[in-house]
Amino acid sequence: MPNLATREAYGKALVELGKENRNVVVLDADLSKSTKTADFAKVFPERFFNIGIAEADLMGTAAGLATCGKIPFASTFAVFATGRAFEQIRNSICYPNLNVKIAATHAGITVGEDGASHQSIEDISLMRTIPNMTVIVPCDDVETMAAIKAAAEYVGPVYIRLGRSSVPTINDEYTYKFEIGKAVKLREGKDVTIFATGIMVSEALKAYEMLKEKGFEAEVINIHTIKPIDAKAIVESVAKTGCAVTCEEHNIIGGLGSAVCEVLAENKPAPVVRVGVKDTFGQSGKPAELMKHYGLTAENIVEAALKAMSKK
Amino acid sequence: MRDIQKLKEIAVTLRKDIIKMLTESASGHPGGSLSAVEILTALYFSEMRVDPNNPRWEDRDRFVLCKGHAAPVLYAALAEKGFFDKSHLMTLRKLGSILQGHPNMNDTPGVDMSTGSLGQGLSVANGMALAAKLDNKDYRVYALLGDGEIEEGQVWEAAMTAAHYKLDNLTAFLDHNGLQIDGQVTEVMNVEPVDEKFKAFGWHVIVIDGHNFEEIFKAIDEAKSVKGKPTMIIANTVKGKGVSFMENAVGWHGTAPSKEQCEEALAELGGENNA
Ligand SMILES: Cc1ncc(C[n+]2csc(CCOP(=O)(O)OP(=O)(O)O)c2C)c(N)n1
Ligand SMILES: [Mg+2]
Repeated sequence: MPNLATREAYGKALVELGKENRNVVVLDADLSKSTKTADFAKVFPERFFNIGIAEADLMGTAAGLATCGKIPFASTFAVFATGRAFEQIRNSICYPNLNVKIAATHAGITVGEDGASHQSIEDISLMRTIPNMTVIVPCDDVETMAAIKAAAEYVGPVYIRLGRSSVPTINDEYTYKFEIGKAVKLREGKDVTIFATGIMVSEALKAYEMLKEKGFEAEVINIHTIKPIDAKAIVESVAKTGCAVTCEEHNIIGGLGSAVCEVLAENKPAPVVRVGVKDTFGQSGKPAELMKHYGLTAENIVEAALKAMSKK
Repeated sequence: MRDIQKLKEIAVTLRKDIIKMLTESASGHPGGSLSAVEILTALYFSEMRVDPNNPRWEDRDRFVLCKGHAAPVLYAALAEKGFFDKSHLMTLRKLGSILQGHPNMNDTPGVDMSTGSLGQGLSVANGMALAAKLDNKDYRVYALLGDGEIEEGQVWEAAMTAAHYKLDNLTAFLDHNGLQIDGQVTEVMNVEPVDEKFKAFGWHVIVIDGHNFEEIFKAIDEAKSVKGKPTMIIANTVKGKGVSFMENAVGWHGTAPSKEQCEEALAELGGENNA
């Protein structure tokens, strides 16, 4: 399987979009080499705006461009985009329902060595609570390309969460169909449903194989859109399996786990075990070491699945 | 139209509408609405290219009321200009009204940007000005900031951006009325010298009497002739202007007049149709 970071795919997608649509403009806050918006800046310098290290202004400028028919993609690291500029996103983008796409990279603990100050584990929670906002977390390069294109076609604010580190390609470049708000069933099973988002999707697939060896059939569903969440897919699957595990590279508070619990509590109460960062800050280290340290591996998912099944 | 006499009459009408609508809503911000009346009158009734029958006309000039709490002056101007029926003014701040407590572009015809959280508007105005340049359009972007508002750091981020991208199609006004909520701007958090600050940030700066139409127009014209730089018009104003008991009074920032105070104010403002 090829390995590519979702931010790399974002850079490529932007260049393609730029060729197709002259209204696509890109803004960054002095991180264009890391967020990969530099790829776009190289090809379309007149449509790229470096706003400097000023995330609040980044969001406001994007909002202004959107009022005039532009499709701005605003990028910086997830922690700064959603933390520093939260209220600008709320009041200058989402309240007026402006067509701004916030593509934030370096989300989660796999930022690695930079440590906790740069590891966003709250962004899904922050973004999904704002009315009018759509929240997408792609799992690989193929899904990222598709999600960026879908976001550009969709009219309204979208938050796209991207990662720094390489992840395995799960989806087929030629056959994969992405639809905002539509979950993707990757494996069929009857014993437990594993809902995963972002880079945890590939871990969930590994967990599926490990559970199979133990005699369990897990269903694996990729929830790439956290909002609007595919409640139907969640309820239908858990109606069959009777329990669920959620997997995200994010705090277990407020993200995918919470979103799935909200849907199930109101429609199909069932045991849920959440795999994620357990309400603690990250630290410096290699991405793989951190995933292990914070309990975000396939082994942790297997453990959670066994626990969920035991509660049925 | 630069018929100063006519504009002065419109200014009186707007002031009276502001007083009436705030009395009816029993909440809202008179002081900073009244200080900006001449600026909005000059923009909407003479300078800006807008079409009340086509509020989202792509080639229109844009206006961002960064100090969104002054919504009453914007609503009064838009209603007078014909963007919506004047009867709406009496629904200000009421449930279901097209006139929200702070401006929302999707509720009110003619409002170009939703504001209310101070410090965010200038960035948005920059985005509009950048879009005009990208599309080779000649519309201009106007913004109005409060002197307390510029204590927000984002204003200075935006000030850098406007100068960096040479946004000479952007003209901002500073409603320099010297007051914010907790007192005098110089005492709460001094922003002076504002002219030197904006100059240092790369802006063309003009200082005027913000209640004098001749000076406002002269400054607007000068701003249009300046190339490669955004212009900041520092408009020295009186908070609460036109209603003697509200003038320069900190307490009238965010308090609505009573019915009696309303009548007193309307009588003082004079003009026609005092209904
Ligand atoms: C971000 C933010 N903080 C606080 C407020 C509350 N607030 C509303 S008006 C105001 C004072 C504004 O003073 P100034 O900018 O001088 O306005 P003016 O005197 O023209 O009314 C404050 C603090 C707000 N609207 N937005
Ligand atoms: Mg003031």
